[in-house]
Amino acid sequence: MNLVLRKVQLPLAHFTLEIDLALTARATAVFGPSGSGKTTLLELIAGIRRPSSGSIALDDTVLVDTTNRARFVKPQHRAIGFLPQEGALFPPLTVDQNLRYGYAPEARLQNGLSFEHVTEILEIQALTARGVGALSGGEQQRVALGRVLLSSPRLLLLDEPLAGLDTALKERLMPYLQRVRDVFNIPMIYVTHAADEVMALCDEVVVLESGRVTGHGPPGQFFEVSEQPRYRLRGAVKANRKTTD
Amino acid sequence: MSAEIWQITWFTICVASISTLLIFPFGVGLALLLARRNWPGKSVVETLVALPLVIPPVATGLLLLKLLGNRGPLGEFFERHFGIEIAFTWRAVVIATAIMSMPLLVRTARVAFEGVNPRLEQVAHTLGAGRWRVFFSITLPLASRGLIAGALLAFARALGEFGATIMVAGYIPGETATLSLSIYHLVQLGRDGEALTLLMISLAIAFGAVWISESILRKQRK
Repeated sequence: MNLVLRKVQLPLAHFTLEIDLALTARATAVFGPSGSGKTTLLELIAGIRRPSSGSIALDDTVLVDTTNRARFVKPQHRAIGFLPQEGALFPPLTVDQNLRYGYAPEARLQNGLSFEHVTEILEIQALTARGVGALSGGEQQRVALGRVLLSSPRLLLLDEPLAGLDTALKERLMPYLQRVRDVFNIPMIYVTHAADEVMALCDEVVVLESGRVTGHGPPGQFFEVSEQPRYRLRGAVKANRKTTD
Repeated sequence: MSAEIWQITWFTICVASISTLLIFPFGVGLALLLARRNWPGKSVVETLVALPLVIPPVATGLLLLKLLGNRGPLGEFFERHFGIEIAFTWRAVVIATAIMSMPLLVRTARVAFEGVNPRLEQVAHTLGAGRWRVFFSITLPLASRGLIAGALLAFARALGEFGATIMVAGYIPGETATLSLSIYHLVQLGRDGEALTLLMISLAIAFGAVWISESILRKQRK
């Protein structure tokens, strides 16, 4: 993957997002505090928002270029998958209909992203007949991940997909994300403000603060193993706890 | 039930239905434009659509009469080019009830569209769906409860319209006499018994309409 953002600018409420960046890694983390423009950056790449100036190109395709007769490729023609924080499953549709929303089986034979394969890897085969409202938080995120994978994206944008979930559920879902990275081989940009997620998943980190890139490099450059203890529920309490997933 | 009362009831239901069907696509389209887009003149259109709610219905009726009457610009146009008379016919009743009930449909539908999370539509686009597919598969089903409620309110408003209708269509038995016009006319003539019958019919239709819509909404919630 070769994603290039050239002098991309977009005025936001408290600052102007200004990005000049080239991404080539298999999994890139966009790391930064809340309100630093991380989600907006993903929206610009997905085509949900337009920059006020600048250009974005993915491999050989110019997605947007404000100088070149205002070229803009609509999101439905970009083949860039976007998984928002809340998953955004479509409530009028069943899980099966959600999963098949962007799925065209004939196009998928080439990249091996078959319906059966994706639902098996994410362990969601048993959920397909259900309504969206009948899913737990973790199930919803797995279905949303399956849906975006089945649309055969050439780039996957993940916006804090684990942020709204409790620690136990996060630990259960991380392997699914790693499987997506390793099995399906789709490059991903992963927005988060959790350092452990960056270390578990990403090869490269972009640090974003107030709309500007303040750091770009391998995760080891920005994070070190902390000596601080992490707390877990004791076995007895954990056994009594009703699982949410 | 006498033939006259039956005719009045049937005529009113037909007129209210035609007027609701007529404004539904426009009202829903306009509500969507108001809810989702910014365009020049938006605030003027917003105000125009809301106007029939706040100005006296009789004033709206007078305005319509000036436009649609034989010497009005629109009335003259339709008569000359299509040979269609509008003022003081059933068509005037339909137009008057449509204009008077439009604000209720547009406002309710607009709130319904504004209640649909735009994130869902954005995600649907990134999954490869074009504008129409997103509208029919995501936006419309999610807004449908509000649209049904809006159509029902418009229908109920059309059933009871009086002020604008009497101005532009008059009270012509068998031609423009709706339930509300007939109730007023019968009370003027001292025929209170028949007026009460029409009142009971109005109540029954309104009750039925609301009850049916509530059942539809209940089913959808399940």
